[in-house]
Amino acid sequence: MTTDLAPEEDALTESGDTGGEDEDTLHRRLGLTDAEYQRIVEILGREPRPAELAMYSVMWSEHCSYKSSRVHLGRFPTEAPWVVVGPGENAGVIDLGDGWLAAFRIESHNHPSYVEPYQGAATGVGGILRDVFTMGARPIALWDQIRFGPLDNPKNRYLFSGVVSGIAGYGNAVGVPTVGGEIAFEECYSGNPLVNVMCLGILRRDQLVLGTAGKPGNVAMLLGAATGRDGIGGASILASASFDEESATKRPSVQVGDPFEEKKLIEACLELYQKDLVVGVQDLGAAGLSCAAAEPAARAGVGMELDLDTVHVREPQMTAPELLMSESQERMMAFVEPSKVDDVLAVAAKWEIAASVVGRVTDGSRLVVRHQGEVVADIPAASLTEEAPRYDRPLGEPAWMEDLWSNRFKHMTAPEIGPTLLRLLDDPSIASAAWVYEQYDHMLFLNTIVGPGNDGNLLRIKGTEKAIAVSTDGNGRLCYLDPRRGAARIVYEAALNVAMTGARPRAVVDNLNFGNPEKPEVMWQFRETVEGISEACESLGIPIVGGNVSFYNETDGLDIYPTPVVGLVGVADPYPKHPPRLDRARAGMDLWLAGPVDATDLAGSSFEKVVYGHVGGRPRAADGTAARAAIDLAVALVSEELSPCLHDVSDGGLAVAVAEIAIASGVGVTFEYADWRHLFSEDPHRFVFVADPAHRGRIEELGAACRATLTRIGEVGGEAIVFTRGTRTDAVDLDEATTTYRRALPRRLS
Amino acid sequence: MSRIAVVVFPGSNCELDVQWALRAIGAEAEMVWHRETDLSGFDGVVLPGGFAHGDYLRTGAIARFSPVMSAVTAMAEAGRPVVGICNGFQILCEAHLLPGALIANRDLRFICRPVEVEIVDTATVLTASVEPGAVLTLPLNSYEGQHTDPSGTARVVARYVEDVNGSQDRAAAIANEAGNVVGIMPHPERSSEDVLGSSDGRLLLESLVAATERIPA
Repeated sequence: MTTDLAPEEDALTESGDTGGEDEDTLHRRLGLTDAEYQRIVEILGREPRPAELAMYSVMWSEHCSYKSSRVHLGRFPTEAPWVVVGPGENAGVIDLGDGWLAAFRIESHNHPSYVEPYQGAATGVGGILRDVFTMGARPIALWDQIRFGPLDNPKNRYLFSGVVSGIAGYGNAVGVPTVGGEIAFEECYSGNPLVNVMCLGILRRDQLVLGTAGKPGNVAMLLGAATGRDGIGGASILASASFDEESATKRPSVQVGDPFEEKKLIEACLELYQKDLVVGVQDLGAAGLSCAAAEPAARAGVGMELDLDTVHVREPQMTAPELLMSESQERMMAFVEPSKVDDVLAVAAKWEIAASVVGRVTDGSRLVVRHQGEVVADIPAASLTEEAPRYDRPLGEPAWMEDLWSNRFKHMTAPEIGPTLLRLLDDPSIASAAWVYEQYDHMLFLNTIVGPGNDGNLLRIKGTEKAIAVSTDGNGRLCYLDPRRGAARIVYEAALNVAMTGARPRAVVDNLNFGNPEKPEVMWQFRETVEGISEACESLGIPIVGGNVSFYNETDGLDIYPTPVVGLVGVADPYPKHPPRLDRARAGMDLWLAGPVDATDLAGSSFEKVVYGHVGGRPRAADGTAARAAIDLAVALVSEELSPCLHDVSDGGLAVAVAEIAIASGVGVTFEYADWRHLFSEDPHRFVFVADPAHRGRIEELGAACRATLTRIGEVGGEAIVFTRGTRTDAVDLDEATTTYRRALPRRLS
Repeated sequence: MSRIAVVVFPGSNCELDVQWALRAIGAEAEMVWHRETDLSGFDGVVLPGGFAHGDYLRTGAIARFSPVMSAVTAMAEAGRPVVGICNGFQILCEAHLLPGALIANRDLRFICRPVEVEIVDTATVLTASVEPGAVLTLPLNSYEGQHTDPSGTARVVARYVEDVNGSQDRAAAIANEAGNVVGIMPHPERSSEDVLGSSDGRLLLESLVAATERIPA
């Protein structure tokens, strides 16, 4: 193979001279520090062989070992009576009642998507699916959280279109609907887009499978695609280092996806679980075979022998380090009792996937790897996972925070309301995302009863009264201005979005996208974010059941905004038979605002960013009591079928929230305000909703019972979005608003 | 009660949805693996949507050679109902059970959204229960959804109200001369219940079930 990775390839060739002075350069090239190398020598009591060094380099990478973040992640609340599997497994699992479980996880594929947007995004989808069906669950939905630099830059347009095509190409073909997500654009993502994908699956309790090797004597079977040279060291080379102009040369480290192979693998694995043929399963993702052998062995406290000559390969003459590090996609490792091997082979044959016995579980604790008759690795299995380095990296509040907070924008004059609204509706982060989600199959499985284009999504479980609600949220700008407050606010926003589908929040997964952890400022942002998420989850009484950390999101020394993304899962039981949607407002209905009507804070708002290009000031802190009141009220309004249409006040403030209802429903609205700031403030824990006037009395009772502030601010009807203040009236024609909102993305991309 | 076979190719993905929607209206719908060669116990067959054999080479091009297809052809020739939805429509064209071919959408983008179609021919197994001229809302979900028929012989059963993907004669569904083989690009099963946003597709599935009951085994 001729690639730009040639030097590493040479170094990894066992026949090459790897003794003495060369080893020093090898471990560094593999991303290990000198101190980490010394630690390996201590563990083994000798110099590592090349294959061993390869395994440590991927398993001890930032991506796999969480070495910089682990000391902080212990802060997260992770327990609740309904948690079945918490952090540490392939996916978190919660109990939905009546024997139903939900398994879910979120992952990033940021760097691969920058290097090769289509395959980077596609394999991100493939990877997160495997994390979920590894648990015994059928994956039923995906969400994509994607962030790019501004679209006036052709490179960003290329990355954005490529990522959307990759998600569509893989997700549609593998047959798992993409039902929601979020897109956002900020300058800081120009050199480092963020591509986070969440997957949720459902299963019956007796189908739960864990990533364990089980007892000595069990057989390790590799299922699915053949192992090739793609993605060698993706975890250590791509995901755990910063970027610069040379990054394009890392393209061979990006894997190539095959959704058809994955689809067959899903169906084959589900049949294996249904027939009770496996003891445990581990997917092959980052760190490939190394991880799939080490983690299940360590979890079960057993040893393992692997014979690399039995691995089905795509190309001959792969070296042992290559076989152990390859991140070829669509592979699973199953641990099987010897008497069931033939049955597993039969299921694999039916689904036309390859399967081979590659090893067995042993007494003791060593991971022994053979290749061409020789032992190429003999190490304690747990040393790859439990003894991975942990760093308590220095952290400190950035010197720029005080300046940022005091840099409040001075609004000397009131803006023109109509043109300002149109400008916000044309902003790609606010505008309709239909251009994106109409390229994704979002309806497969007939579960989607609240789909994309709404705040949260609602998926019924067919044959039951239950539905699962999910909202994924992030806001890098807010977290840049105050990571702790910003992180708490996105948790509350996601919880409110879930509540507006009629569901109660139950659990969270998070994807923490940050810059270079070796900078104290970045580690401070990280610690503050963990604190903010934890505080919000504690206030809501919900646990964090899994997540992912992505560091080194910097290019040429420039870090991204600290960008935590949360995926919040809720449950509605019974689910609403007329699920609320943005397009269900009708003429004659009242327009209500839940939450304070007099919000004036604009720090961190889309209004200041889009209209004035200003990012400064300290955003308002969240208020747990107000958040819970809003959530209680939203759930009550939906479950009593009092409102067919609810929408949170977030990006763009009240004016945009109301306009989005009008646009989606194709009907005008008229409403009153007292101060122009009230129209654009993004103060948290607020939502607008519409309701039949006949329900006024009951709605006010519920507002009082939930201790939520409620104001009737206007009514639905007409053909314009009309703002009134005293005798002053501003109006935006509904057709113009609709065209602006719907054309914002397509006109920038064609 | 009539029995309908839902054929599963490796890469099919709408089979569970079709089965769910058919069972919801009282039909017996059973999965049939693509390696089966005998459909004699069935009164009709549906080829569901998805990406049969990965849609590699060309959509439907490999699936037409799956062992089950000779039984599907025999069923079509015997005058029994044979319906292909989305990828199933593509397979029926590749198998020459329907005229023409399905090529990439005019805008070269995947389209997943509800569209309006007008039923223009009610003398087929899929449309007999629908009023002529009825406009139904059905979700489209395809990349290769543009029907083209250089022979000009396709019998159009349903037309897109707006030209969404460039299909010749705005064809959303076509039938063979006898009306027992129908290919439709939008998904009736995705609009078979109000909670999904529309139940218009139910009329089509009810037509199919009625047709399987009418035709003697």
